[in-house]
Amino acid sequence: MITRPAFTDTLHSEWIKFRSLRSTWLTLGGLVVVGLGLPLLSADPAAQGYLTGTIEEQQDWDPTNGSLLMFFIAQLVIGVLGILVVTSEHATGLMQTSLSATPRRHRLLGAKVAVVAAVSLVAGQALAFPAFLIGQAGFAAAGVPHATLADPRALSAVVGCGLYLAVIALLAVALGALIRATAGALATLVGIVLLVPVLDGMFPPWLDGLLDVWPTLGGAAVIATVPDPDYPQPWLHFAGMSAGILALLVVAFVLFERRDV
Amino acid sequence: MTSIDVRGLTKRYGPRTVVDDLTFTVPAGQVTGFLGPNGAGKSTTMRMIMSLAAPSGGSVTIGGRRYRDLPVPLTEVGALLDAGAVHGARTAQDHLLALAASNGLPRRRVGEVLARTGMDGVARRRAGEFSLGMRQRLGIAATLLGDPRVLIFDEPVNGLDPEGIRWIRDFMRSLAREGRAVLVSSHLMSEMAQTADHLVVIGRGRLIADTTMSEFMRANGEGTVLVRTDEPDAFALRLSAAGATVREGPESSLVVSGMTAAQIGKLAAYHDVALSELAPRRPRWRTPSWS
Repeated sequence: MITRPAFTDTLHSEWIKFRSLRSTWLTLGGLVVVGLGLPLLSADPAAQGYLTGTIEEQQDWDPTNGSLLMFFIAQLVIGVLGILVVTSEHATGLMQTSLSATPRRHRLLGAKVAVVAAVSLVAGQALAFPAFLIGQAGFAAAGVPHATLADPRALSAVVGCGLYLAVIALLAVALGALIRATAGALATLVGIVLLVPVLDGMFPPWLDGLLDVWPTLGGAAVIATVPDPDYPQPWLHFAGMSAGILALLVVAFVLFERRDV
Repeated sequence: MTSIDVRGLTKRYGPRTVVDDLTFTVPAGQVTGFLGPNGAGKSTTMRMIMSLAAPSGGSVTIGGRRYRDLPVPLTEVGALLDAGAVHGARTAQDHLLALAASNGLPRRRVGEVLARTGMDGVARRRAGEFSLGMRQRLGIAATLLGDPRVLIFDEPVNGLDPEGIRWIRDFMRSLAREGRAVLVSSHLMSEMAQTADHLVVIGRGRLIADTTMSEFMRANGEGTVLVRTDEPDAFALRLSAAGATVREGPESSLVVSGMTAAQIGKLAAYHDVALSELAPRRPRWRTPSWS
């Protein structure tokens, strides 16, 4: 007789769903284009900026960070992946079928989170290292100071970049589960990672604590080797961002468990 | 014997009561028709059976357990609530594979249900390319993955061509013959008459009838007349005395069978009874706005 399905069965099911969509592979392809194309294209302009910059600007020159700025756009692409894992099922009505097969809802969402976490952890690192190497090669060719992985904090910044992307992917899953509509979740993600950072400085001081751990701001401070005086403890800021996203995921689980589908 | 037990089931959305204290049973070995106009609460009831929507009151169990508590749900209940509920970019095979995997069902079940629904030839095509009839079959294939004892279909023939409709009717009959409990909803009486053994009729979320198909046809078929008068009790006695069968209708009206409207009119005139309504009654579910 069939035995009670284990979490690995749910995981297997979610993996089949994930890998069987062309959009998954297109999005991952887009991630590669953005992640490797941007450092390729931006190395030379950045180097020119260094050469024509003031002494102070040259002192702040961070070639590691310069090669990893692709995270700015890549976080949106990986976010799309995380959002779609949940919202595409709401959009098609497939969620009803999925929850009929797996009525223990936290388990279904848990499997989705696990699949996205695994994929984005791998994708993040697989993107950050080549991006770093491409960027440094570009800086070397332009004759400006460049970094190697042996430089202080360089390895930490590269690994941090990959981890940052993975955590943003989980933020996207949480937003997908909370908002349930692709457009709404994506707009919210753009607001969080792009708009709020642009408006930095317009917020009252009592919000500084939040901005210190905000994505793209304090949360992304790990993607640098030159310390930013605003964010003196990059990994602490990163941990704060992760904790905030974890809290959001918890809320998503609670609502996912309760809401009618 | 596995069956669906609905007890006092109620669903409210704010001030609106969509399902109102509904009680009925879906027994094994029969097709139970779930009849009512669009918006009567059929789909909401089915979603509550499946634990997709939480009841505001009452309970629903399958073989004595809530759906959420079924250890291997696909082996106990197969449900097709919406044929469109597949991801159009996924192939039929992958769709079924993911479902089978979630319940730990063997991979070969996918091939078996595709064969049973006549979909084996299109297993590797994307669901988005399917016609409505094929999507319907894919949905039915999914319900059969775990070889369940209970099957639930929401408006399965909607939008199908005659051949597809016939196929689904025969299919449901064969599922019931295999001893399964089959619950199928429709807003068309004519459809129910073709497939159902038992009938659960609801309107505005309330139970209107829970009876065998043949009984329902006898009581509600052509030839009944709706009569409304200020003195229904007295007139009911007159009608019975004249050989008619009289039942209480909605809002203190009378539903009369065995006499034509003309005969009833004459009887009323003879006894000086003022009628405020005298209407040859078509079945309630076939008012023009419904069909």
